Amino acid sequence: MAVITMRDALNQAMREEMRRDPSVFLIGEEVGQYQGPYKVTQGLIQEFGEWRVRDTPIAEEAIAGVAVGAAFVGMRPIAEMMTFNFSLLALDQIVNHAAKYRYMSGGQVRCPMVLRGPSGAAAQVAAQHSQAFESWFTHVPGLVVAMPSTPSDAKGLLKASIRDDNPVIFMENEVLYNLKGEVRDEEYTIPLGLGDVKREGKDVTIVAWSRSVQRALEAADLLAAEGVEAEIVDPRTLRPLDEDVIFDSVRKTNRCVVVEEGWRYAGFGAEVADRVQRGCFDDLDAPILRITAADVPMPYSKKLEKAYLPQPKQIIDAVNQVLYR
Amino acid sequence: MKKDEALAHYRAMLLIRRFEERCAQLYVQGKIGGFLHLYIGQEAVAVGAMGLLRPDDYFVTSYRDHGYALARGTDPRPLMAELCGKIGGISRGKGGSMHFYDVPSGNFGGDGIVAGHLPIAAGMGYSIRIRETDQVVVCFFGDGAVNEGAFHEALNVSALWGLPVVFVIENNRYGMGTSISRASSVKDLYQRGSAYGIPRQDVDGMDLLAVREALGEAIERARKDKQPTLLEAETYRYRGHSMSDPGKYRTKDEIEEMMSHDPVRLFAKHLRKKHRVAATHLEAMDKDVLAQVEDAVKYAEQSPWPAPETLYEDVYVRSPFINARAADRDPAWRAARSEDRVPQEFPVPDDAKVGS
Repeated sequence: MAVITMRDALNQAMREEMRRDPSVFLIGEEVGQYQGPYKVTQGLIQEFGEWRVRDTPIAEEAIAGVAVGAAFVGMRPIAEMMTFNFSLLALDQIVNHAAKYRYMSGGQVRCPMVLRGPSGAAAQVAAQHSQAFESWFTHVPGLVVAMPSTPSDAKGLLKASIRDDNPVIFMENEVLYNLKGEVRDEEYTIPLGLGDVKREGKDVTIVAWSRSVQRALEAADLLAAEGVEAEIVDPRTLRPLDEDVIFDSVRKTNRCVVVEEGWRYAGFGAEVADRVQRGCFDDLDAPILRITAADVPMPYSKKLEKAYLPQPKQIIDAVNQVLYR
Repeated sequence: MKKDEALAHYRAMLLIRRFEERCAQLYVQGKIGGFLHLYIGQEAVAVGAMGLLRPDDYFVTSYRDHGYALARGTDPRPLMAELCGKIGGISRGKGGSMHFYDVPSGNFGGDGIVAGHLPIAAGMGYSIRIRETDQVVVCFFGDGAVNEGAFHEALNVSALWGLPVVFVIENNRYGMGTSISRASSVKDLYQRGSAYGIPRQDVDGMDLLAVREALGEAIERARKDKQPTLLEAETYRYRGHSMSDPGKYRTKDEIEEMMSHDPVRLFAKHLRKKHRVAATHLEAMDKDVLAQVEDAVKYAEQSPWPAPETLYEDVYVRSPFINARAADRDPAWRAARSEDRVPQEFPVPDDAKVGS
């Protein structure tokens, strides 16, 4: 076991898969000579050359479209969005092309590509550079959506995403790039659609993914000091969703809080709540509560940014509420 | 072009014309639904192009896509069945008029988003460069597409990276009801290629031989020199944008003027003059083509409707990297197969092939 950052885990995943399979290539803004806008792709152009690590102009629709077209004819592209905020410029390629060609062609075409990059809030970069996009992409049939919260998960899930034959939206988080964690030395992948219990507990289930797992862990530590044991379930992949790992936990704790960094209105947490109330109706002892970002664009000011984002304090309050404490 | 090849080209143009005339009738009868964009008037472009492609080349097209599949030699039967929404359709009744795919013949489909397939063509070209083969990609689109951002992004990267893609504007003068003079700041659309420093040319899209010559050079340039070309084929659609469009924004004089340069009649004249083909031979061929179209209609009518359970098929690819236990709660995952489907193969008569 080595302790490495999320950034290095992602880098290792791409490097290993590019060594393993010549059809894997990387394309995006600053991924090559600049060594990656967040240094996630550091050193790859030196090893694989410019055709397999392609620096592009600032042209997101071309980045995504080139990946889609190459995937249709047998390549396994990894398209990097500098951040998912810019994926809006590539949305037509993702939603109308990557996700739909298999269906429209009656199963003749496949699109084995990964679209990856950071999503979610960064730090004080305001409304256009700080938003969570999981609810947008999970809405689309034909896509797979993965959102790792630890270096180990990031590596295993990215390797699985590259090898998988469906278009995978792989959302990282800028704030988590420096997060350190243990990563196995031997080769491994983590199946898409397999959740994980990040902390065991008997009193309440907190469903969280990506950076929200960190907030939930912080809240759980504070709750433990008060004698409340929270179980944190990280689905890791949002589409397809591992209901089993969530339901098993809720059936044990009888209470559920869902934490997400996206907006409340039609957010992915509503999908989780819907499934839990149907799957665990008889097991629930309290309404399912959701903690989300505020339903406004992200503000710049440090103070307002904090007010916008879900905080451990809110999670604790929600847990106390479902425990009727 | 030798006589046999010329006759095959003529037959392909005739097949598109007769096939689509029949489509219009079926649409009026309610047997074809949705959008139906007819290619009639533009046949020389698709047929001229397909005669130049190798079996391993790729092409992507706009949604006015019937002509390319027919010219490439795809059997009309599954195409007509697709239009009728039947399970025997080339896309299993999931695509319809705008989405004809025939992957084994390099046809990666009709795309319903204006200019949406241009970056995809660039991506196919990129894969050719990585794999170091000498395939080419031909990308067909209408004059409306040149005003989309995707056009600019696709041409820029194709020029920048030296991608073997031929971009063919089929300028039929109208993006739906808006004439190019109301939509494009530059009237000679091929001159847009100068912005990317790539070879560019316009050609009479009603003249099959002219299309062949210009496209032949562009395809060779892509194959040998790894350089994209922007080609503008000046053509005309005789019908409205789709079946719901009476085309009132065009004058009768303009339509009559363009129809006097009809690509099918123009090429028939060439066959009679250059190859001394008897008029009776062409008439017999027309009858044969009409019978082929009727056969396609019969096949389409006899093909069953898709069973309701096919609704969930063809969304995902089953793969060992997905946790099946969780995924299979979703019917689209349960119905996922690990293989791609191959359209049903029908024997194609030799004289219906335009390609090599």
